[in-house]
Amino acid sequence: MFTVIPISILLLPLLGFVLLIFFGKRLPRHGDWFATGLISVTFLLSLGLLILKVNAYPEESFSVNFDWVIVGAQTISFGMMIDNLAVIMLVVVTLVSALVHFFSIGYMKDDPRYSRYFAYLGLFSFSMLGIVLTNNLLLMYVFWELVGISSYLLIGFWYEKKSASNAANKAFIVNRIGDFGMFIGIMILFASFSTFAFEGIFSSIEAGQLPFGSTAWLTAAGVLIFCGAVGKSAQFPLHVWLPDAMEGPTPVSALIHAATMVAAGVYLVARIFPMLTADALLIIAYIGAITALIAATIAITQFDIKKVLAYSTISQLGYMIMALGVGAYTAGFMHLVTHAAFKAGLFLGAGSVIYAMHKVLHDQHDHHTDAQDIRNMGGLKSKMPVTYWTFLIFTLAISGIPLTSGFLSKDEILAGTLAFSTLNGHWILTVTGFLVAGLTAFYMFRLLILTFHGKPADESRIAAVKESPRVMTIPLIVLAALSLFVFYSFNPFGASGGWFYSAVERPLSVVPEILQPASAAVFYEAVSSVHTVAMILSILIAVSGVLFAVAVYYQKKVSADRLAKRAGVLYRGSVNKWYFDQIYDRLFVGGVMVLMKILRWFDENIIDGIVNGTASITKGFSSISKWLDVNIVDGLVNATASTADNAGKLLSKIQTGKVQTYLVYIVFSFLVLFILFI
Amino acid sequence: MEFSIIEWLSDPGLTHFLIVSAILFSLGLMAVLSKRNVIMVLMGVELILNSANINLIAFSRFTELSLDGQMIGLFVIIIAAAEAAVALAIVLNIYNRFKTINLDEISLLKG
Repeated sequence: MFTVIPISILLLPLLGFVLLIFFGKRLPRHGDWFATGLISVTFLLSLGLLILKVNAYPEESFSVNFDWVIVGAQTISFGMMIDNLAVIMLVVVTLVSALVHFFSIGYMKDDPRYSRYFAYLGLFSFSMLGIVLTNNLLLMYVFWELVGISSYLLIGFWYEKKSASNAANKAFIVNRIGDFGMFIGIMILFASFSTFAFEGIFSSIEAGQLPFGSTAWLTAAGVLIFCGAVGKSAQFPLHVWLPDAMEGPTPVSALIHAATMVAAGVYLVARIFPMLTADALLIIAYIGAITALIAATIAITQFDIKKVLAYSTISQLGYMIMALGVGAYTAGFMHLVTHAAFKAGLFLGAGSVIYAMHKVLHDQHDHHTDAQDIRNMGGLKSKMPVTYWTFLIFTLAISGIPLTSGFLSKDEILAGTLAFSTLNGHWILTVTGFLVAGLTAFYMFRLLILTFHGKPADESRIAAVKESPRVMTIPLIVLAALSLFVFYSFNPFGASGGWFYSAVERPLSVVPEILQPASAAVFYEAVSSVHTVAMILSILIAVSGVLFAVAVYYQKKVSADRLAKRAGVLYRGSVNKWYFDQIYDRLFVGGVMVLMKILRWFDENIIDGIVNGTASITKGFSSISKWLDVNIVDGLVNATASTADNAGKLLSKIQTGKVQTYLVYIVFSFLVLFILFI
Repeated sequence: MEFSIIEWLSDPGLTHFLIVSAILFSLGLMAVLSKRNVIMVLMGVELILNSANINLIAFSRFTELSLDGQMIGLFVIIIAAAEAAVALAIVLNIYNRFKTINLDEISLLKG
């Protein structure tokens, strides 16, 4: 049961990929329903597995191992681990993937590489499920790279656009930096414990073994593995690739760059959580907080609908990472799940809007207006009612308004942060957490109002907008339903009593006692004591954020331009994304350019000099050799030949051709013989 | 004992014949080597053959070979006749080919 189903869940999307990439053009409708069907089956299997696991075996963790690589005494196994974390993640991934498949049937219609698109989605789903199911770090790393490559392929899906192929490269290269750290971390653990399996590593640490006998190395290993999460989950300072990744098709952004792949980093941290020391967790919490703040401040001033959502994704991922860092394990993971639903919904909603706008612009032969710029929208509410209402629910959820799933998880995160601060200090984390909650509510409602309310920039354009087809709106409705509180907890004001909290429990730390973070019992006690305060504060802040956005953009009581001017440096910084791209461009790209110039000089002068020198020496040698050949060797050969020639000429004189001469020779010879022998 | 040429001549023995034969052979060889005309060369060849015949018969007469030498002499004569026929045919062909029978003008094999 816990072997066959996970394997089929893993392999069905791979089957889809293989069939579509080879026979896509020959399948009916280029295989879109085939791929969608496969992923839907995968979803149903995952859902079944989840229900079975949570109800029948809530405590157990099932492990399957096959020997994979055997080198001497070292065996590396290919294994899967089915625990509650994995089954919940399986359902999230397959559900979003299935809905995105449905949505894509409408969104990607008429694309010239339609079947390849679905093939790539299959490859991605396979790799992502691999990350979720694996029970060792090496396989995790393998699937980690596989999602990287599928992300690369899908960001660069419209590779004819220079910006898209650049964005794909950027995403890939930036991720490589994080993965490099992750690899070193894995190798530290492997060198010390000779195993890649999570269980093996944890039990070794629990038994008192430390990498290279030092606690510092244990912290370093944790932080280095976290580097992989920094890359994949777009955390500061490697967050720059995610906004650019919006060059890919919008459903891809929903699937990969909002709901699943970027959450893989969070999942990774959750997986290695038991071996993280308090120091490593503090670093993780700070990275998360910095990311959340930076991304939220940038999101406020962006005008591209997808860019706003991208920065909001980064910000929410920062939240999750921070939650794990402060020890609010369940809250962080729950936010991953709820966020997957409402952020995928937001992206699909944005996709629906872009699709409609694009169609209108195309019909009006307008090739200059940007279909993604919210300044060109406005007043879409009545034209696209389904998209609007679902979008509103998603926005409420992400803003953390009660009765939504987002409220539940965000509230728990904020309570966790507050509890952490009461236990350990670091109040800046709490302040950042609440500030970002307010900013999130503000920029999300700004986006909603600018897109759907108010007066359109161009009446005729908006008048022509039509609601997207049903294949695109149904996934929105499903996701909107999943953004409500009931699916996670019956109590709308506290998740801790719901099934989710009992299913996903914070694992026990295995690190030596002095390095451990505050234990779960102490932590949850602190949480429950501050929960009410945190909830009231979070509701107040979220509502004030919403009200402020309404005041500025809907009622226009406060002019946005005046505010921007008042903010001055802050505004310019935010618009320019805090100059991260420029700084990286100067520092790293520029540095590489300088290095390249030096290397070029070195090449042209030193290497080429050596090569040319060798060449001229060889040339000298060869001319000597030529002289020798022409004069000595040829001379000898010619001398032999001419000697033979001369001798021949001399002897040919004897050959007079006259018979009598020969006779004379014969007689003469006879005489000589006579004289000699008689 | 005093050597008397008259006495030696009056009593012919094997030596006498061998001397005649040698003279004849020398003349034949001389003709073969020095004559320009092919016919003359052929005649020289006949002389050489006949000098050999004299030798054969002389040895037959003065030694215990009895008639064997004479038999061989007869064979030589017959073969000489055949040889003359063949040689004359060759000479005829040479003449047809070169319009001359002077040996020193025929030197196609000159190196």
